[in-house]
Amino acid sequence: MLVTTSEIKINGELLTELPLDLYIPPDALEVYLESFEGPLDLLLYLIRKNNLDILDIPMAKLTVQYMDYVDKMRAINLELAADYLLMSAMLIEIKSRMLLPTPAEVEEEDDPRAELVRRLMEYEAIKLAAQRLDEMPKVGEGFQVAHAYYQHIAEIKPPEVDVDALVEAWKNVVKRAKLNSNHQLGRAELSVREHMSLVLRRLQAGGMCEFSELFDFETGGLPKLVVNFLAILELAKEGLIKITQQAAFSTIYLQASNVE
Amino acid sequence: MRGPENVAEMKGILEAALLTASQPLSLDDMLKLFAGRMERATLRMLLDELKQDWEDRTLDLIQVATGYRFQAKPELSAFIARLNPERQPRYSRAVMETLAIIAYRQPVTRGDIEQIRGVAVNPNVMRQLVERDWVDVVGQREVPGRPSLYATTKHFLDDLNLCSLSELPPFEDFSQSEVPLSS
Repeated sequence: MLVTTSEIKINGELLTELPLDLYIPPDALEVYLESFEGPLDLLLYLIRKNNLDILDIPMAKLTVQYMDYVDKMRAINLELAADYLLMSAMLIEIKSRMLLPTPAEVEEEDDPRAELVRRLMEYEAIKLAAQRLDEMPKVGEGFQVAHAYYQHIAEIKPPEVDVDALVEAWKNVVKRAKLNSNHQLGRAELSVREHMSLVLRRLQAGGMCEFSELFDFETGGLPKLVVNFLAILELAKEGLIKITQQAAFSTIYLQASNVE
Repeated sequence: MRGPENVAEMKGILEAALLTASQPLSLDDMLKLFAGRMERATLRMLLDELKQDWEDRTLDLIQVATGYRFQAKPELSAFIARLNPERQPRYSRAVMETLAIIAYRQPVTRGDIEQIRGVAVNPNVMRQLVERDWVDVVGQREVPGRPSLYATTKHFLDDLNLCSLSELPPFEDFSQSEVPLSS
Protein backbone atom coordinates (compact mmCIF):
# COMPACT_ATOMS: atom_id res chain seq x y z
CA MET A 1 0.00 0.00 0.00
CA LEU A 2 1.16 3.50 -0.81
CA VAL A 3 0.42 4.88 2.64
CA THR A 4 2.81 2.55 4.41
CA THR A 5 5.84 3.39 2.30
CA SER A 6 8.02 5.85 4.14
CA GLU A 7 8.54 8.57 1.56
CA ILE A 8 6.38 9.73 -1.30
CA LYS A 9 7.55 12.83 -3.12
CA ILE A 10 5.44 14.89 -5.51
CA ASN A 11 7.22 17.76 -7.26
CA GLY A 12 10.06 17.36 -4.79
CA GLU A 13 7.75 17.86 -1.80
CA LEU A 14 7.27 15.12 0.72
CA LEU A 15 3.70 13.85 0.76
CA THR A 16 2.65 13.18 4.33
CA GLU A 17 -1.09 12.83 3.91
CA LEU A 18 -3.20 11.39 1.16
CA PRO A 19 -4.93 14.12 -0.82
CA LEU A 20 -8.57 14.31 0.27
CA ASP A 21 -9.88 14.70 -3.24
CA LEU A 22 -8.27 11.46 -4.43
CA TYR A 23 -10.66 10.06 -6.98
CA ILE A 24 -11.76 6.41 -6.63
CA PRO A 25 -13.87 5.18 -9.55
CA PRO A 26 -17.14 3.63 -8.32
CA ASP A 27 -16.41 0.35 -10.15
CA ALA A 28 -13.30 -0.18 -8.07
CA LEU A 29 -15.40 -0.62 -4.96
CA GLU A 30 -17.37 -3.45 -6.51
CA VAL A 31 -14.26 -5.41 -7.41
CA TYR A 32 -12.91 -4.77 -3.93
CA LEU A 33 -16.04 -5.97 -2.11
CA GLU A 34 -16.34 -9.10 -4.18
CA SER A 35 -12.91 -10.14 -3.08
CA PHE A 36 -14.35 -10.92 0.38
CA GLU A 37 -15.47 -14.48 0.87
CA GLY A 38 -18.31 -13.51 3.20
CA PRO A 39 -19.11 -11.51 6.34
CA LEU A 40 -16.54 -13.36 8.46
CA ASP A 41 -13.86 -12.61 5.90
CA LEU A 42 -14.82 -8.94 5.87
CA LEU A 43 -14.84 -8.76 9.68
CA LEU A 44 -11.40 -10.37 9.85
CA TYR A 45 -10.14 -7.88 7.31
CA LEU A 46 -11.48 -4.95 9.36
CA ILE A 47 -10.02 -6.36 12.58
CA ARG A 48 -6.58 -6.96 11.05
CA LYS A 49 -6.57 -3.67 9.14
CA ASN A 50 -7.38 -1.66 12.26
CA ASN A 51 -5.07 -3.75 14.41
CA LEU A 52 -7.90 -4.65 16.75
CA ASP A 53 -7.42 -7.33 19.37
CA ILE A 54 -9.56 -10.24 18.25
CA LEU A 55 -9.97 -11.36 21.87
CA ASP A 56 -11.20 -7.92 22.98
CA ILE A 57 -13.07 -6.52 20.01
CA PRO A 58 -14.36 -2.93 20.37
CA MET A 59 -17.85 -3.75 19.12
CA ALA A 60 -19.01 -0.20 18.49
CA LYS A 61 -16.06 0.64 16.25
CA LEU A 62 -16.22 -2.65 14.35
CA THR A 63 -20.00 -2.51 13.89
CA VAL A 64 -19.89 1.00 12.47
CA GLN A 65 -17.20 0.10 9.95
CA TYR A 66 -18.92 -3.12 9.03
CA MET A 67 -22.28 -1.43 8.45
CA ASP A 68 -20.56 1.15 6.32
CA TYR A 69 -19.24 -1.55 4.00
CA VAL A 70 -22.53 -3.42 3.93
CA ASP A 71 -24.43 -0.25 2.99
CA LYS A 72 -22.08 0.24 0.04
CA MET A 73 -22.47 -3.37 -0.88
CA ARG A 74 -26.27 -3.27 -0.75
CA ALA A 75 -26.22 -0.47 -3.28
CA ILE A 76 -24.31 -2.71 -5.67
CA ASN A 77 -25.18 -6.31 -5.08
CA LEU A 78 -28.33 -7.13 -3.10
CA GLU A 79 -27.98 -10.86 -3.50
CA LEU A 80 -24.57 -10.89 -1.94
CA ALA A 81 -25.76 -8.79 0.96
CA ALA A 82 -28.11 -11.41 2.50
CA ASP A 83 -25.36 -13.23 4.42
CA TYR A 84 -23.86 -9.87 5.34
CA LEU A 85 -27.18 -8.54 6.71
CA LEU A 86 -27.48 -11.52 9.03
CA MET A 87 -24.06 -10.66 10.42
CA SER A 88 -25.11 -7.02 10.85
CA ALA A 89 -27.99 -8.16 13.04
CA MET A 90 -25.65 -10.36 15.04
CA LEU A 91 -23.14 -7.54 15.58
CA ILE A 92 -25.86 -5.16 16.74
CA GLU A 93 -27.24 -7.78 19.08
CA ILE A 94 -23.82 -8.36 20.65
CA LYS A 95 -23.28 -4.62 20.98
CA SER A 96 -26.62 -4.10 22.72
CA ARG A 97 -26.09 -7.03 25.07
CA MET A 98 -22.77 -5.49 26.09
CA LEU A 99 -24.55 -2.27 26.98
CA LEU A 100 -26.93 -4.00 29.38
CA PRO A 101 -25.82 -3.93 32.99
CA THR A 102 -24.94 -7.34 34.36
CA PRO A 103 -27.29 -8.36 37.16
CA ALA A 104 -25.40 -8.70 40.44
CA GLU A 105 -26.53 -12.27 41.12
CA VAL A 106 -25.17 -13.54 37.79
CA GLU A 107 -21.56 -14.44 38.32
CA GLU A 108 -19.18 -14.35 35.40
CA GLU A 109 -21.66 -14.15 32.58
CA ASP A 110 -20.26 -15.26 29.24
CA ASP A 111 -18.86 -12.50 27.11
CA PRO A 112 -21.50 -11.82 24.41
CA ARG A 113 -18.64 -11.68 21.92
CA ALA A 114 -17.42 -15.20 22.75
CA GLU A 115 -19.32 -17.00 19.98
CA LEU A 116 -18.35 -14.42 17.36
CA VAL A 117 -14.69 -14.62 18.39
CA ARG A 118 -14.80 -18.42 18.25
CA ARG A 119 -16.25 -18.29 14.74
CA LEU A 120 -13.80 -15.65 13.57
CA MET A 121 -10.84 -17.61 14.86
CA GLU A 122 -12.09 -20.85 13.34
CA TYR A 123 -12.68 -19.16 10.02
CA GLU A 124 -9.26 -17.53 10.08
CA ALA A 125 -7.65 -20.92 10.74
CA ILE A 126 -9.55 -22.46 7.81
CA LYS A 127 -8.55 -19.55 5.62
CA LEU A 128 -4.87 -20.12 6.43
CA ALA A 129 -5.26 -23.87 5.99
CA ALA A 130 -6.81 -23.25 2.56
CA GLN A 131 -3.88 -21.04 1.54
CA ARG A 132 -1.48 -23.73 2.70
CA LEU A 133 -3.33 -26.47 0.78
CA ASP A 134 -3.26 -24.24 -2.28
CA GLU A 135 0.50 -23.82 -1.99
CA MET A 136 1.17 -27.55 -1.54
CA PRO A 137 2.61 -29.26 -4.60
CA LYS A 138 0.01 -31.27 -6.47
CA VAL A 139 0.28 -33.98 -9.06
CA GLY A 140 1.07 -32.42 -12.44
CA GLU A 141 1.97 -29.10 -10.84
CA GLY A 142 4.88 -29.39 -8.48
CA PHE A 143 5.64 -33.04 -9.07
CA GLN A 144 5.37 -35.47 -11.96
CA VAL A 145 4.41 -39.10 -11.76
CA ALA A 146 6.52 -41.53 -13.79
CA HIS A 147 4.64 -43.59 -16.32
CA ALA A 148 6.69 -45.65 -18.75
CA TYR A 149 4.88 -46.76 -21.86
CA TYR A 150 3.65 -50.30 -21.79
CA GLN A 151 1.59 -51.71 -24.57
CA HIS A 152 -1.21 -53.52 -22.87
CA ILE A 153 -1.98 -56.20 -25.45
CA ALA A 154 -5.29 -57.80 -24.74
CA GLU A 155 -4.21 -61.41 -25.11
CA ILE A 156 -7.06 -63.70 -26.13
CA LYS A 157 -6.39 -67.02 -24.48
CA PRO A 158 -8.02 -69.96 -26.30
CA PRO A 159 -9.60 -72.32 -23.74
CA GLU A 160 -7.91 -75.69 -23.40
CA VAL A 161 -9.65 -78.78 -24.82
CA ASP A 162 -8.79 -82.43 -24.14
CA VAL A 163 -10.20 -85.67 -25.57
CA ASP A 164 -12.41 -86.35 -22.56
CA ALA A 165 -14.08 -82.99 -22.93
CA LEU A 166 -14.65 -83.65 -26.62
CA VAL A 167 -16.20 -87.07 -25.91
CA GLU A 168 -18.39 -85.55 -23.24
CA ALA A 169 -19.53 -82.86 -25.64
CA TRP A 170 -20.34 -85.43 -28.34
CA LYS A 171 -22.39 -87.46 -25.84
CA ASN A 172 -24.36 -84.38 -25.01
CA VAL A 173 -25.00 -83.68 -28.68
CA VAL A 174 -26.25 -87.22 -29.25
CA LYS A 175 -28.42 -87.09 -26.14
CA ARG A 176 -29.94 -83.82 -27.22
CA ALA A 177 -30.47 -85.07 -30.79
CA LYS A 178 -32.32 -88.08 -29.38
CA LEU A 179 -34.48 -85.92 -27.21
CA ASN A 180 -35.29 -83.69 -30.17
CA SER A 181 -36.19 -86.50 -32.58
CA ASN A 182 -38.34 -88.26 -29.95
CA HIS A 183 -40.06 -85.05 -29.30
CA GLN A 184 -40.81 -84.45 -32.98
CA LEU A 185 -42.00 -88.02 -33.44
CA GLY A 186 -44.30 -87.66 -30.46
CA ARG A 187 -45.83 -84.56 -31.86
CA ALA A 188 -46.44 -86.19 -35.27
CA GLU A 189 -47.93 -89.28 -33.64
CA LEU A 190 -50.24 -87.25 -31.52
CA SER A 191 -51.27 -85.27 -34.54
CA VAL A 192 -52.01 -88.42 -36.56
CA ARG A 193 -53.86 -89.86 -33.59
CA GLU A 194 -55.87 -86.70 -33.31
CA HIS A 195 -56.84 -86.90 -36.99
CA MET A 196 -57.68 -90.59 -36.68
CA SER A 197 -60.20 -89.62 -34.01
CA LEU A 198 -61.55 -86.82 -36.16
CA VAL A 199 -62.03 -89.10 -39.19
CA LEU A 200 -63.53 -91.86 -37.12
CA ARG A 201 -65.95 -89.49 -35.40
CA ARG A 202 -67.01 -88.20 -38.80
CA LEU A 203 -67.68 -91.72 -40.05
CA GLN A 204 -69.71 -92.62 -36.96
CA ALA A 205 -72.59 -90.67 -38.50
CA GLY A 206 -73.04 -93.75 -40.69
CA GLY A 207 -72.96 -94.58 -44.33
CA MET A 208 -70.31 -94.09 -46.91
CA CYS A 209 -68.14 -91.05 -47.10
CA GLU A 210 -66.24 -89.87 -50.12
CA PHE A 211 -62.49 -89.96 -49.67
CA SER A 212 -62.06 -86.35 -50.80
CA GLU A 213 -64.70 -85.11 -48.34
CA LEU A 214 -62.45 -86.09 -45.47
CA PHE A 215 -59.83 -83.54 -46.47
CA ASP A 216 -60.01 -79.91 -45.48
CA PHE A 217 -58.32 -77.99 -48.29
CA GLU A 218 -59.14 -74.58 -46.85
CA THR A 219 -57.18 -74.53 -43.61
CA GLY A 220 -54.03 -76.19 -42.32
CA GLY A 221 -52.18 -76.54 -45.60
CA LEU A 222 -50.14 -79.48 -46.85
CA PRO A 223 -48.86 -80.83 -43.50
CA LYS A 224 -52.41 -81.20 -42.25
CA LEU A 225 -53.47 -82.99 -45.44
CA VAL A 226 -50.52 -85.37 -45.12
CA VAL A 227 -51.27 -86.05 -41.47
CA ASN A 228 -54.93 -86.62 -42.33
CA PHE A 229 -53.94 -89.07 -45.03
CA LEU A 230 -51.63 -90.88 -42.64
CA ALA A 231 -54.50 -91.05 -40.15
CA ILE A 232 -56.73 -92.69 -42.73
CA LEU A 233 -54.03 -95.21 -43.63
CA GLU A 234 -53.48 -95.93 -39.92
CA LEU A 235 -57.23 -96.40 -39.38
CA ALA A 236 -57.35 -98.79 -42.32
CA LYS A 237 -54.35 -100.70 -41.06
CA GLU A 238 -55.93 -101.10 -37.63
CA GLY A 239 -59.11 -102.32 -39.34
CA LEU A 240 -61.22 -99.53 -37.97
CA ILE A 241 -62.42 -98.41 -41.38
CA LYS A 242 -63.17 -100.01 -44.69
CA ILE A 243 -62.01 -98.43 -47.90
CA THR A 244 -63.74 -99.38 -51.14
CA GLN A 245 -63.31 -98.50 -54.77
CA GLN A 246 -65.44 -99.96 -57.59
CA ALA A 247 -63.02 -99.42 -60.43
CA ALA A 248 -59.64 -97.85 -61.07
CA PHE A 249 -59.71 -94.03 -60.76
CA SER A 250 -63.33 -94.08 -59.57
CA THR A 251 -64.46 -92.49 -56.30
CA ILE A 252 -63.05 -93.99 -53.12
CA TYR A 253 -65.52 -94.50 -50.32
CA LEU A 254 -64.81 -94.91 -46.64
CA GLN A 255 -66.88 -96.53 -43.98
CA ALA A 256 -66.43 -97.18 -40.30
CA SER A 257 -66.07 -100.89 -39.62
CA ASN A 258 -68.32 -100.89 -36.58
CA VAL A 259 -71.17 -99.02 -38.26
CA GLU A 260 -73.27 -100.83 -40.72
CA MET B 1 6.70 -69.34 -16.90
CA ARG B 2 9.44 -69.92 -14.36
CA GLY B 3 9.53 -67.91 -11.13
CA PRO B 4 12.15 -65.27 -10.34
CA GLU B 5 15.32 -66.87 -9.07
CA ASN B 6 17.03 -64.10 -7.17
CA VAL B 7 16.48 -60.75 -5.50
CA ALA B 8 17.67 -58.81 -8.55
CA GLU B 9 15.02 -60.48 -10.73
CA MET B 10 12.29 -59.85 -8.16
CA LYS B 11 13.25 -56.18 -7.93
CA GLY B 12 13.28 -56.01 -11.74
CA ILE B 13 9.72 -57.31 -11.87
CA LEU B 14 8.58 -54.80 -9.24
CA GLU B 15 10.36 -51.94 -10.97
CA ALA B 16 8.85 -52.66 -14.38
CA ALA B 17 5.37 -53.08 -12.91
CA LEU B 18 5.62 -49.82 -10.95
CA LEU B 19 6.98 -47.89 -13.93
CA THR B 20 4.30 -49.10 -16.32
CA ALA B 21 1.33 -48.88 -13.95
CA SER B 22 -1.07 -45.99 -14.57
CA GLN B 23 -2.12 -45.95 -10.90
CA PRO B 24 -0.11 -46.36 -7.69
CA LEU B 25 0.32 -50.08 -6.92
CA SER B 26 -0.79 -51.39 -3.53
CA LEU B 27 1.07 -54.16 -1.70
CA ASP B 28 -1.74 -56.54 -2.66
CA ASP B 29 -1.33 -55.59 -6.33
CA MET B 30 2.38 -56.28 -6.17
CA LEU B 31 1.93 -59.63 -4.37
CA LYS B 32 -0.08 -60.75 -7.42
CA LEU B 33 3.08 -60.34 -9.50
CA PHE B 34 4.55 -63.28 -7.60
CA ALA B 35 1.41 -65.43 -7.65
CA GLY B 36 1.15 -65.46 -3.86
CA ARG B 37 4.66 -66.91 -3.46
CA MET B 38 5.94 -63.91 -1.52
CA GLU B 39 5.58 -62.75 2.04
CA ARG B 40 4.41 -59.22 2.70
CA ALA B 41 7.53 -58.55 4.77
CA THR B 42 9.78 -59.66 1.89
CA LEU B 43 7.91 -57.37 -0.47
CA ARG B 44 8.38 -54.42 1.86
CA MET B 45 12.07 -55.20 2.10
CA LEU B 46 12.40 -55.39 -1.68
CA LEU B 47 10.59 -52.06 -2.05
CA ASP B 48 12.97 -50.47 0.46
CA GLU B 49 15.93 -51.78 -1.53
CA LEU B 50 14.41 -50.55 -4.79
CA LYS B 51 13.93 -47.15 -3.22
CA GLN B 52 17.61 -47.04 -2.29
CA ASP B 53 18.66 -48.25 -5.74
CA TRP B 54 16.97 -45.21 -7.27
CA GLU B 55 18.35 -42.74 -4.75
CA ASP B 56 21.02 -41.27 -7.03
CA ARG B 57 18.97 -41.57 -10.20
CA THR B 58 16.16 -39.49 -11.72
CA LEU B 59 13.09 -40.95 -10.02
CA ASP B 60 11.90 -41.40 -6.45
CA LEU B 61 9.86 -44.38 -5.30
CA ILE B 62 7.13 -42.74 -3.21
CA GLN B 63 4.39 -44.16 -1.03
CA VAL B 64 1.01 -42.41 -1.25
CA ALA B 65 -2.45 -43.27 0.07
CA THR B 66 -3.33 -45.95 -2.49
CA GLY B 67 0.14 -47.45 -2.92
CA TYR B 68 3.59 -46.96 -4.37
CA ARG B 69 4.59 -45.02 -7.47
CA PHE B 70 7.64 -43.57 -9.15
CA GLN B 71 7.83 -39.83 -9.63
CA ALA B 72 10.43 -37.41 -10.95
CA LYS B 73 12.92 -36.02 -8.43
CA PRO B 74 11.69 -32.64 -7.13
CA GLU B 75 14.73 -30.80 -8.54
CA LEU B 76 13.76 -31.98 -12.05
CA SER B 77 10.16 -30.81 -11.79
CA ALA B 78 10.88 -27.26 -12.88
CA PHE B 79 12.42 -28.51 -16.14
CA ILE B 80 9.66 -31.00 -16.88
CA ALA B 81 7.05 -28.32 -16.22
CA ARG B 82 8.39 -26.44 -19.26
CA LEU B 83 6.82 -29.10 -21.48
CA ASN B 84 3.41 -27.78 -20.45
CA PRO B 85 3.93 -24.04 -20.25
CA GLU B 86 0.25 -23.13 -19.82
CA ARG B 87 -0.38 -22.60 -16.14
CA GLN B 88 -2.78 -24.83 -14.29
CA PRO B 89 -6.01 -22.96 -13.53
CA ARG B 90 -6.22 -22.14 -9.85
CA TYR B 91 -9.17 -22.95 -7.65
CA SER B 92 -11.08 -20.01 -6.21
CA ARG B 93 -10.74 -19.16 -2.53
CA ALA B 94 -14.26 -20.52 -1.98
CA VAL B 95 -13.20 -23.91 -3.37
CA MET B 96 -9.97 -24.03 -1.37
CA GLU B 97 -11.66 -22.99 1.88
CA THR B 98 -14.38 -25.59 1.38
CA LEU B 99 -11.71 -28.21 0.68
CA ALA B 100 -9.80 -27.17 3.82
CA ILE B 101 -12.94 -27.49 5.95
CA ILE B 102 -13.68 -30.95 4.55
CA ALA B 103 -10.04 -32.04 4.95
CA TYR B 104 -9.72 -30.87 8.56
CA ARG B 105 -13.26 -31.28 9.87
CA GLN B 106 -14.54 -34.35 7.99
CA PRO B 107 -17.05 -35.77 7.79
CA VAL B 108 -19.02 -32.55 7.41
CA THR B 109 -22.37 -31.50 5.94
CA ARG B 110 -22.96 -28.46 3.76
CA GLY B 111 -24.50 -26.88 6.86
CA ASP B 112 -21.22 -27.32 8.76
CA ILE B 113 -19.32 -25.70 5.90
CA GLU B 114 -21.77 -22.79 5.78
CA GLN B 115 -21.49 -22.36 9.54
CA ILE B 116 -17.71 -22.05 9.39
CA ARG B 117 -17.48 -19.87 6.28
CA GLY B 118 -20.53 -17.73 7.13
CA VAL B 119 -21.87 -17.92 3.56
CA ALA B 120 -24.05 -20.35 1.61
CA VAL B 121 -22.19 -23.16 -0.17
CA ASN B 122 -22.29 -22.65 -3.90
CA PRO B 123 -23.29 -26.00 -5.51
CA ASN B 124 -20.66 -25.33 -8.16
CA VAL B 125 -17.95 -25.43 -5.50
CA MET B 126 -18.95 -28.91 -4.31
CA ARG B 127 -19.29 -30.10 -7.90
CA GLN B 128 -15.73 -29.06 -8.72
CA LEU B 129 -14.36 -30.96 -5.74
CA VAL B 130 -16.46 -34.06 -6.40
CA GLU B 131 -15.57 -34.08 -10.12
CA ARG B 132 -11.89 -33.86 -9.27
CA ASP B 133 -12.50 -36.95 -7.12
CA TRP B 134 -11.04 -35.17 -4.11
CA VAL B 135 -14.28 -35.24 -2.12
CA ASP B 136 -17.17 -37.69 -1.92
CA VAL B 137 -20.27 -38.48 0.13
CA VAL B 138 -19.60 -41.01 2.88
CA GLY B 139 -23.03 -41.10 4.50
CA GLN B 140 -25.89 -39.06 5.88
CA ARG B 141 -26.24 -37.40 9.24
CA GLU B 142 -29.28 -38.78 11.08
CA VAL B 143 -31.04 -35.44 11.51
CA PRO B 144 -34.10 -34.05 9.68
CA GLY B 145 -33.33 -33.85 5.97
CA ARG B 146 -30.57 -36.46 6.30
CA PRO B 147 -27.86 -34.16 4.87
CA SER B 148 -24.93 -35.79 3.07
CA LEU B 149 -21.64 -36.10 4.93
CA TYR B 150 -18.61 -35.18 2.84
CA ALA B 151 -15.05 -36.46 3.26
CA THR B 152 -11.81 -36.32 1.29
CA THR B 153 -10.85 -39.31 -0.87
CA LYS B 154 -7.65 -41.34 -1.14
CA HIS B 155 -7.23 -39.80 -4.56
CA PHE B 156 -6.98 -36.38 -2.89
CA LEU B 157 -4.14 -37.70 -0.73
CA ASP B 158 -2.44 -39.24 -3.79
CA ASP B 159 -2.64 -35.94 -5.66
CA LEU B 160 -1.05 -34.10 -2.72
CA ASN B 161 1.64 -36.74 -2.33
CA LEU B 162 0.34 -37.89 1.06
CA CYS B 163 -0.20 -41.30 2.64
CA SER B 164 -2.75 -40.19 5.20
CA LEU B 165 -4.58 -37.11 6.49
CA SER B 166 -2.22 -37.03 9.46
CA GLU B 167 0.49 -35.83 7.06
CA LEU B 168 -1.40 -32.59 6.38
CA PRO B 169 0.04 -29.58 8.22
CA PRO B 170 -1.43 -29.78 11.75
CA PHE B 171 -4.50 -27.60 12.16
CA GLU B 172 -3.08 -26.09 15.38
CA ASP B 173 -0.49 -24.35 13.20
CA PHE B 174 -3.24 -22.18 11.81
CA SER B 175 -5.38 -21.63 14.89
CA GLN B 176 -2.56 -20.31 17.10
CA SER B 177 -0.38 -18.47 14.63
CA GLU B 178 -2.01 -15.06 14.75
CA VAL B 179 -3.80 -15.14 18.04
CA PRO B 180 -1.92 -13.20 20.70
CA LEU B 181 -2.16 -14.65 24.17
CA SER B 182 -3.85 -12.00 26.28
CA SER B 183 -5.36 -12.09 29.78
